[in-house]
Amino acid sequence: MRTTTIGFSILLAALWATAPRARVLAQHETASDLLDGERAFKQNCANCHGPDGDQIQGIDLGRGHFRRPMTDADLVGIIRNGIPNTAMPASAAMTVAQAQQIVAYLRSRAATSAVASVTGDAARGRAIVTGKGECTSCHRVDGSGSRVGPDLSSIGAQRQAAELQRALIDPNADVQPQNRFYRVTLKDGSTVEGRLLGHDTFNLQMLDTKEQLRSFNKSDIRSGTFLPSPMPSYRSTLTPQELADVVTYLSSLRNR
Amino acid sequence: MRTRLTVAAALFAAASLTAQTRGVTFDRILHGDREPQNWLSYSGTLMNQRYSGLTQITPANVKNLQLAWIWQAKSLEKFEATPLVVDGVMYTVEAPNNIVALDAATGRPFWTFAYTPAPEGRPCCGKVNRGVSILGDTLYMETIDAHLLAVDAKSGQKIWDTVVAKAAERYSMTASPLIIRDKVIVGVGGGDAPIRGSIAAFDAKTGKELWRFYTIPGPGEPGNETWTGESWKTGGVGVWNAGAYDPETNLVYFGTGNPAPDWDGSTRLGDNLYSDSVLALDPDTGTLKWHYQFTPHDELDYDSTQVPVLADIQVNGRPRKVMLWANRNGVMYCLDRVTGEFITGKPFVKVNWMDGFDAKGRPHRVKFPTKEGTLIYPHVHGGTNWAPPSFSPKTNLFYVASWENSATTAIEGQFPKAASANNRQTAMGQTNLVPFFNNDDEPFGVVRAFDPATLEKKWEFRMDDITWGGTFVTATDIVFSGGREGYFLALDGKTGQLLWKAPVGGQINAGAMSYAVNGKQYVAIAAGNSLFAYALP
Repeated sequence: MRTTTIGFSILLAALWATAPRARVLAQHETASDLLDGERAFKQNCANCHGPDGDQIQGIDLGRGHFRRPMTDADLVGIIRNGIPNTAMPASAAMTVAQAQQIVAYLRSRAATSAVASVTGDAARGRAIVTGKGECTSCHRVDGSGSRVGPDLSSIGAQRQAAELQRALIDPNADVQPQNRFYRVTLKDGSTVEGRLLGHDTFNLQMLDTKEQLRSFNKSDIRSGTFLPSPMPSYRSTLTPQELADVVTYLSSLRNR
Repeated sequence: MRTRLTVAAALFAAASLTAQTRGVTFDRILHGDREPQNWLSYSGTLMNQRYSGLTQITPANVKNLQLAWIWQAKSLEKFEATPLVVDGVMYTVEAPNNIVALDAATGRPFWTFAYTPAPEGRPCCGKVNRGVSILGDTLYMETIDAHLLAVDAKSGQKIWDTVVAKAAERYSMTASPLIIRDKVIVGVGGGDAPIRGSIAAFDAKTGKELWRFYTIPGPGEPGNETWTGESWKTGGVGVWNAGAYDPETNLVYFGTGNPAPDWDGSTRLGDNLYSDSVLALDPDTGTLKWHYQFTPHDELDYDSTQVPVLADIQVNGRPRKVMLWANRNGVMYCLDRVTGEFITGKPFVKVNWMDGFDAKGRPHRVKFPTKEGTLIYPHVHGGTNWAPPSFSPKTNLFYVASWENSATTAIEGQFPKAASANNRQTAMGQTNLVPFFNNDDEPFGVVRAFDPATLEKKWEFRMDDITWGGTFVTATDIVFSGGREGYFLALDGKTGQLLWKAPVGGQINAGAMSYAVNGKQYVAIAAGNSLFAYALP
């Protein structure tokens, strides 16, 4: 019962990164509304926000992740009126109903994402992350741990539970481009490995395994290669319940 | 020697004075190549070759280029404008629609004309502008709320303001207008929205509309049958980039945008004329003389709004008046610009949506979007997009900045999604530098040179990140380009070898140009939110 309650609580928490103060269509939208909303989103929003709504840094519409708390009414207002002095344009031709359908579609996507959440115990998960799992030897949570891997402090707002579970079981299945590991071999024969922070025609930047920011002129590099994720699979080292606990804990991390 | 220099300076000064007193006549615009110290239209001349006859900066000394000045725009929008330079005065646009007059030698401002577009002005892909045009002492600017403005080039005061289309109905205008004699000819965009695009001519003195050609034929007009039902009314086909003009044929040429909705063709069955086409119009009447459709029944957002490049070249041993076109659909074309005849076409990046042409140049399409997803090359953003290419009559090469290996998983009715792990791999251009993570199998930017007759690649310069920048070439065979990485590049026009680079700290989303003031050659490029001018010490 306790597990169920926690799971339900997590499910509710996972519905939104920020608790909505008011819902416009939450209990009223029909399947037709959602289809219309999806169509309107693809036509009006996807060009900038991307097909999954995650193409603009800091915003992930498909997972309800915005730059500040948003009610449905807030979102409807922004869709119709835009945000002054930003690239977000007004859409005066769009009716309130159409904007509501887009919001309903986005809300439904986020809710669908969250349904994949598994039941588990966040406290137990936290203990595994900092203990047996040795996750903080590469990852950082709320200021503690290594910076070499992705910071997990807000991972619950960025990733669906199913994605978290997959990352634990098969870390190489879907590595985000910004999290890829890289090795450079310099012309003097030395090698440096770390998380690739970016590269261009002439330079390359990474955070090396000693957490040092490094920048290389490509003329100094003999060769470079992407590496498999250094993260181990927890398929056999954690039990299904422990995996569920870790996923539940990670899903609860929404600090930023 | 000193006397000769003095006489030359006096002649130059006299010529400049004469030029200033008569303003920019159409004859000067038409023969912009005769006064390479100026840049009188979007791509230098109405042939759109983006070629400068200035010779002070050479492959041997380009490494010595130094920053002459920077002008910073008060704008967070992409800086896509190519400036004009008229007798030492530079005119550019601070996005979305403020015109700025600068001292071309120092970058110091003379005046700013501020225009606040109506809030309904909302182009799909940024509140941008690609530059003003000039005739006499009047500047002309298209606005994102679909107005055409005339502004005094000396004072920065508005002369007239004509509403070309209703912004509330999603119309917008972002290109540099085309000046033909006493007319200002503009394209009307907004094609990702349910509009009906058009090309219209206005009296340069009064702003009165003289003619309008709708890019989607109405009922009873040839081509209307290529749209099912009422889809022609909202079928898009915006025109949002600069046109070209050939005085010998007296034809203006404009590329047209994609049909709407972009990637779901089920509601608009047929070829959807004149979407994704080049149109040859009589500038006096707006009458269509010929058209060529690059992508019939487009479902992949392959706008053909690239800048038409006109050139006179040898094809199979005989002189031809051609139009060169590197299209968003990944295919490069050489067309007869007199008749519209398809001469040759060939992919210039990886292409799999077509595998050849019929005798008239209609592409044989082999890939179609499906609900299950279809891997299609190039990506929805294209092998290239709107950025201006260049052509050198000296090297006889066509220079194109493009994206290679950009795949799309097309799904009917949905936004075509990029393949591979990094689906942000061909994101829209922005202003600031952004981390780039692609591996070798993922899209990259590349500047390539092509033989205009055979469309064979002659050389390439590969970048890591993609590019929304154009190319520009000088009479000394230097190609200037750049991209999202924020390097302004000088390449050897014959070999592609890197000669010089300057980090500009922001993405390059424009084409470069060159001009001279008091005998000193400058090269200018917009990047990030600023305009940079370089010169030799």
